[in-house]
Amino acid sequence: MNAGGRTNRLVLAAIWVVLLAAPFWLNLVGGYTALGSRVLVLGLAAMSLNFLLGFTGVLSFGHAAWFGLGAYGAGLALKFVALSTPLAMLLGTLTGGIAGALLGALIVHRRGIYFAMVTIAFGQVFYYIAYRWNSLTGGDDGLRGFSRQPLAFGPMRVDILNNSTLFYYFVLVCFAVAVGIMALLLRSPFGRTMLAIRENERRARFLGIPIELHIWIAFALSCVFISFSGTLYALLNNFADPNNLYYSLSGDLVIMAVMGGMRVFWGPLLGAAVFVVLQDYVSSLTTNWMSFIGLLFVLVVLFFPRGLLGMLRQRRVA
Amino acid sequence: MTQLLLFNVTNGLIIGAFYVLMALGLSLIINLSGVINFAHGGFLVIGGYLAYALTPALGFWGALLVAPLLTAVIGLVVERLLIRRLYGRDPLYSLLLTFGLAFMIEDGTRFIWGAQGLPVTVPDFLNQPLSASLFFITGYRLFMVAVVAVAVAALFLLLRYTRVGIRIRAGTLDLETVSTLGVNVGRLRSLNFAAGIFLAGLSGVLAGGQLGLDPTMGAGLLMPSFIAIIVGGVGSLPGTLVGGLLIGVAAGVTAVFFPSASDAVMYVLMAVVLLLRPRGLMGEEGLMT
Amino acid sequence: MDRMNSLGAIGRRSIIKTAAAAALAPLAAPTIIAARGETPLRIGMIDPLTGAYAAVARDEVTGAQLALSRVNAKGGILGRQVELLVEDSANDVGTGVQKAHKLIDRDHVDFMIGDVNSAIAQAIAQVSSQNRILHIVSGGHTDGITGKDCKWNVWRVCNTTRMEANSVCGTLFQKYGKKWHFITPDYSFGHTLQSAIEANLKKLGGTVTGAELTPLGTSDFSAYLIKARAANPDVLILLVQGQDMVNCLKQIVQFGINKQVKVAGTQQELESLEALPPQARVGTWMFEWYWKQPGVPHVAEFVADIRKVNNGKVPTARHWFGFTSLYTFALIAAQEKTTDGLKLARALGGFELPPEIKLQPNKVYYRAGDHQLMLSAFVGEAQEHGSDDPDDLFKVDRVIAGDEIAPPVDETGCHLTWPS
Repeated sequence: MNAGGRTNRLVLAAIWVVLLAAPFWLNLVGGYTALGSRVLVLGLAAMSLNFLLGFTGVLSFGHAAWFGLGAYGAGLALKFVALSTPLAMLLGTLTGGIAGALLGALIVHRRGIYFAMVTIAFGQVFYYIAYRWNSLTGGDDGLRGFSRQPLAFGPMRVDILNNSTLFYYFVLVCFAVAVGIMALLLRSPFGRTMLAIRENERRARFLGIPIELHIWIAFALSCVFISFSGTLYALLNNFADPNNLYYSLSGDLVIMAVMGGMRVFWGPLLGAAVFVVLQDYVSSLTTNWMSFIGLLFVLVVLFFPRGLLGMLRQRRVA
Repeated sequence: MTQLLLFNVTNGLIIGAFYVLMALGLSLIINLSGVINFAHGGFLVIGGYLAYALTPALGFWGALLVAPLLTAVIGLVVERLLIRRLYGRDPLYSLLLTFGLAFMIEDGTRFIWGAQGLPVTVPDFLNQPLSASLFFITGYRLFMVAVVAVAVAALFLLLRYTRVGIRIRAGTLDLETVSTLGVNVGRLRSLNFAAGIFLAGLSGVLAGGQLGLDPTMGAGLLMPSFIAIIVGGVGSLPGTLVGGLLIGVAAGVTAVFFPSASDAVMYVLMAVVLLLRPRGLMGEEGLMT
Repeated sequence: MDRMNSLGAIGRRSIIKTAAAAALAPLAAPTIIAARGETPLRIGMIDPLTGAYAAVARDEVTGAQLALSRVNAKGGILGRQVELLVEDSANDVGTGVQKAHKLIDRDHVDFMIGDVNSAIAQAIAQVSSQNRILHIVSGGHTDGITGKDCKWNVWRVCNTTRMEANSVCGTLFQKYGKKWHFITPDYSFGHTLQSAIEANLKKLGGTVTGAELTPLGTSDFSAYLIKARAANPDVLILLVQGQDMVNCLKQIVQFGINKQVKVAGTQQELESLEALPPQARVGTWMFEWYWKQPGVPHVAEFVADIRKVNNGKVPTARHWFGFTSLYTFALIAAQEKTTDGLKLARALGGFELPPEIKLQPNKVYYRAGDHQLMLSAFVGEAQEHGSDDPDDLFKVDRVIAGDEIAPPVDETGCHLTWPS
């Protein structure tokens, strides 16, 4: 992130070229556009989680809850409020962001495994609400009966509903905006404080930094970002279902962040790409794909704890 | 109405007893090793399926004894090969590793025994209700409670009076000091992990007799044990015991008045406890925060 | 173990090669294909091969694979060999939708089958209709699929909940009494099923003593059963499915409730009865298809063929669903001499299944008004063991034709809009 000179700028340019050209090369390598959209959405979710995990050092294992709340918020807004995609995204982001901020206030004093356990358990509360509040959420059947709406810029209409390539670019724009804000935040004094807390909480405390306040803000921001990605997920599927809030998705997001590299800004995106593509590929080959995904977890933990990009960076430094 | 309530309180205690067994194993491992074992539900499934496989050869009673032991051995191997490399590292890693293991175990049981549910036969005399009016107290459920009581009593006695038990308890409070006193911490943790997995395996055999087996059953039974631990207070085994019984009873009572919330009530209970007493009912301040 | 082989066979994408063409690597295939006319015809199938419905989903796939091999043995569809591409929806809607895009956008399937889970079925129906792909829902029962959410390209093989309710209510009322109590799974399948049964009961003049709404995935039913018993009904109606059905029935028998109250329900599956200990195989139910039908043509042959690929076990209704779904494409395409989704969807209205496919006594046809297959209901009693076959766990009393139990089209709420 820091002034790494030309290499960094080149890498950055390469990332955007690859993402921009994805609809053209994906089909050539046996992919499909919807897969690209999914990578972007889950990649943004993993980056949002990593905003907390990698840059503040706080492990939340229940982030799927805020992702799912964003999805439900967007779906409900499209279904009951107005047929507007931007409004749905705004309301969805607010739903998850506010719920996350409130819960964050309750639990910021916890640390380590206690924090992880409490976030898992509270995440499940929202899962149960989505699962049991049939009249509003559709319960186990999920929330149906809404679809993303074409965008209107004055007289111009962009049909993101029926054209999956256009929708991919729409997701990419949203992704770029969110990631840009995230990068700015991390460069701000607030971002530096987050890093200080991660590196040595006790020292930061002695320096007079209000630790709990900072962790709470980071948690809330992370929830806002991940709800935003959740709204995109609802638009991608035209559907929201309780699995969007289930703890196993939280686990998937954490492994994406770790696999790509928690300490590296772009790590989680790479992790998400590898995870999503691998799952898509292996689950077509064998019904026992869960073993492969499980094995991936084990291998990453044992042999690549710094993640793919983390190792690259280390090698470069060494 | 009173009778219905009374029935459900009793019933809740029976269910709670089962949660306790599962949660105690999980709690043991968290306390000494700082590992949140997401694969605990998986080990439960292994215990149940092993009992199923062993029953033709050993009968129900033999399987009840041997299956948890075998599960514990598997747990020990897993600990030696995988988990122990993660001690002292960020709890994130052990969480992820056991998360992956849970996937592999679910898939593995499906691969070996098939996706379809399997019945486990229990001795006929256990399959009868005790009386016509107390029909929900079957011999088997009473037997489950008895096994849980014995297991819990044995665990607490072991922890209180044996040398290993005292070391485990001491390690929970201050591992560094225990280590400097010359105790082999690695072996202690292995033993402790195996004990926790033994309890998971035992839960699996009991659950198999009650519910039948299917590869996905572990995940559903894991979450109540989590909540039992949080409600009781992380770090406190008696707390886990109380927490498990409490959420069982709470679910039972809610089923009378507001059935659709009967599974959500444990989460409400957890939220209330965390608000009023963040360390949990019997947790010690500062231990795990 | 034999089971491993059969799982492996389902697991891998079933690619049946044309006589002439060499083996195609399954994943590289799309990039290799140059002209579509020479290529095999592709059918995509999405089912939850992992998760709570894995057992029934695999049976559907096995059934479809049997149909596939028969179709290919007879020369395929319109002279083209057929490939079945099976994808696991993992019982998750997002994954299901992604797999639908994969099958349609990348693999260019001509037809779609799936899913056991109604929610996933409806979500992928949205994708298939956008892409004008003929789609058969093999195993999702929610009324909406051929009701208010019906689509021009989507047809359903299994029953609706209304049909299930209408099939058993009369018998239960006459034989066992008029005070009924429900154990209902708390999601839309359960709700619609319960209200359909209640409507029937009201017409017959009975009363409901109460309903216990149980969350999907409930393992302990004791609290609900205590309440149900206290209400003192004549009949206890179980509407739960899958593993929930297994747990619930097991506990009913453990508590001895079946000795005081008649236990019954609508849809029962052989998969569930097989997972139960023998003494818990009780109650009056309806099967959507049953394997033991002495004297009905072609059934014995089907049973024998499934046994070969199913560890010697008999087919269940799910095998028949998968089998019928795939075979329908072959039959209708042969009749119309096209693979065009729109033309075939129109042609399916009123299309009647021939004896070698329907495998049951009554007339079975696709109803034009709501796109629902009119299949029979097999009403009868569960039994501990069959007299001559260990797999015979159900004694069929009556086989009722589908159009006798299906509500009229104008009551389904289905309004089809066809593309221009």
